[in-house]
Amino acid sequence: MTDEITLPTASPRKMAYDRFVSHRAAVASVFVLAILVLFVALSPLTARYGVNESVQAPPNSFLPPRANAWLGTDDIGRDLYSRLIYGVRVSLVIGLFSAIISVTIGCLVGAVAGFRGGRFDDIIMRVTDLFLAFPFLVTLLVMRNMLGAIGWLRPIIGELSSVRFIIVLFAIFGWMGVARIVRGQVLALKEREFIEAARAVGATRWYIVRKHLLPNSVGPIMVALTFSVVSAIIGESTLAFFGYGPQAGAGATSLGILVGQAKGAVNTGFWWLAVFPCLVLVTIALAINFIGDALRDATDPRMQKDS
Amino acid sequence: MIRRLAWSVPTLLFVTFLVYIALRIGTNPVESYKRINPRATPAKIQQYIDVNGLDPNYVRGYFRWLVNFVTLDWPRSIKGSREVWPQLKDALANTLRLGSAAVVVGVSFGLLLGVYAALQPGGRRDISVNTAAFVGISIPPYVSAIILQLVFAVYWSRWFGSTLFPTSGVYPPGQEGFNLGLMAKHMVLPTVVVAIQIIAVYARYMRSSLLDVLSSEYMRTARSKGISERRVLFKHGLRNALIPVVTIAALDVGSIVGGLIITENIFSYPGMGKYFLAAFGEGDFPLLMPWMVIIVTSVLVFNLIADISYAWLDPRIRLD
Repeated sequence: MTDEITLPTASPRKMAYDRFVSHRAAVASVFVLAILVLFVALSPLTARYGVNESVQAPPNSFLPPRANAWLGTDDIGRDLYSRLIYGVRVSLVIGLFSAIISVTIGCLVGAVAGFRGGRFDDIIMRVTDLFLAFPFLVTLLVMRNMLGAIGWLRPIIGELSSVRFIIVLFAIFGWMGVARIVRGQVLALKEREFIEAARAVGATRWYIVRKHLLPNSVGPIMVALTFSVVSAIIGESTLAFFGYGPQAGAGATSLGILVGQAKGAVNTGFWWLAVFPCLVLVTIALAINFIGDALRDATDPRMQKDS
Repeated sequence: MIRRLAWSVPTLLFVTFLVYIALRIGTNPVESYKRINPRATPAKIQQYIDVNGLDPNYVRGYFRWLVNFVTLDWPRSIKGSREVWPQLKDALANTLRLGSAAVVVGVSFGLLLGVYAALQPGGRRDISVNTAAFVGISIPPYVSAIILQLVFAVYWSRWFGSTLFPTSGVYPPGQEGFNLGLMAKHMVLPTVVVAIQIIAVYARYMRSSLLDVLSSEYMRTARSKGISERRVLFKHGLRNALIPVVTIAALDVGSIVGGLIITENIFSYPGMGKYFLAAFGEGDFPLLMPWMVIIVTSVLVFNLIADISYAWLDPRIRLD
């Protein structure tokens, strides 16, 4: 009789997937983001006008939403809907690239610091604590000007107002938070029995990092990646809001530049210039945050399900 | 403990040195002086360099600046050549007022919501508080500020015929002297913007911290001794749940200051944030350095408070 009993077995990956799918807000967020990415990727089809094209002959500025400009027009008569698509494209590029760079650096530094400990660990963690305790905007602005003023860095990181510069700037900051997370994870794993066992049978350090530490840290790293994307996108729009953001080529735009435009539109009551860019920004941030949250629940089996 | 305190002085010096270098490279104080005073004589420029410690040698320059700073011999601002301290003092007072209002509102609402959610984990209250907190975290302060401005500066008066909350400054233009009512009215919207973030963050901290505590062994012990549920919750639950929250609170000053900078700027509120962005835009070194010293000091002090309060609240932890 006993061979009739089939235990419900599932691979860890399947279990993580199931937990992710049960997080309804995250699944919805994946759909929302997918639609956004499709809109951006197919911008030749979805955008109705060029970046700098006005919707009609003047008078065309500050038109409220209407048939030939679904979301209204800006100060010089450009279609807000099309510009939002171009802006989201730049913002997503900034978010993704700076997140990938900072997560890579953060993983390396965090893993080494956690694994080796000692003086290196002390110094790195002191520095990151200090940087993370400081007001983000202040550090960002001061570092931005400093890096921009160093002449010999310019060929590497680009002009002060280029998208590349912004990516480098966020990568320089982003790695610290990631390093702290990875370090914590490595410290916790280091003491576990299976690592000890691996060491006992003579595995090299590099082998342990590759085969045991990194695969077991995938969850926290993925979570850090999603949160890095959000903070880079929001960081870009914060900088742009105060006029320190990227000037992505002639007339090109980013989400931050569009939100920044809203500042001038508020007191005159051109609500569409404020509402739509803000809505898109919050939607993106919320969607990625939900996904990160669900990933954390999904990849950490010890966490009790609480939402 | 004493060692911690002793360490904070060299840390302060080191960080201000880094800030000094960063500002000198980033804002180029000598150039900004020449830009704002295009007809300054070489002697005048040399004098400016001397009082600000802008020696080509960074280390020597820093110490010159430090000596002047500590002896309260502060140079005047580049723009308008005004005394720095009166401006800084006003900005600091305004920001402390706005910041403490926002922290009081934010922390108390946040903690209440967190407890409210944690008492029914998985229930409807929990899910709604959690979702709301998530939305709150995902909204950058300038977005909520813009939306509030749009509603109150433009549409409220259009719909209801009178303005409810003013959207800029501390007083209406032309107001002389102190007026508590007007001041409070002007502070409502900026306080709400900063508080939204704080509420969202603290509701989440409090909720997860209290859930941790509630599922712990000593709570079961307390219940099994027959203590009333209320007493268990207040005496054992909340007290222990607050320990990590207090620590995080003290470490969070940086992000609150960040939120204040953004908010003050949008609402034209004359505080530290507006002061910083204006001075930074002009590259006004004499204005920027004292500002930086205040921020660095407060970050370090609150870090220290976090450590001390943690040890004080939780006797198991000893500072080495």
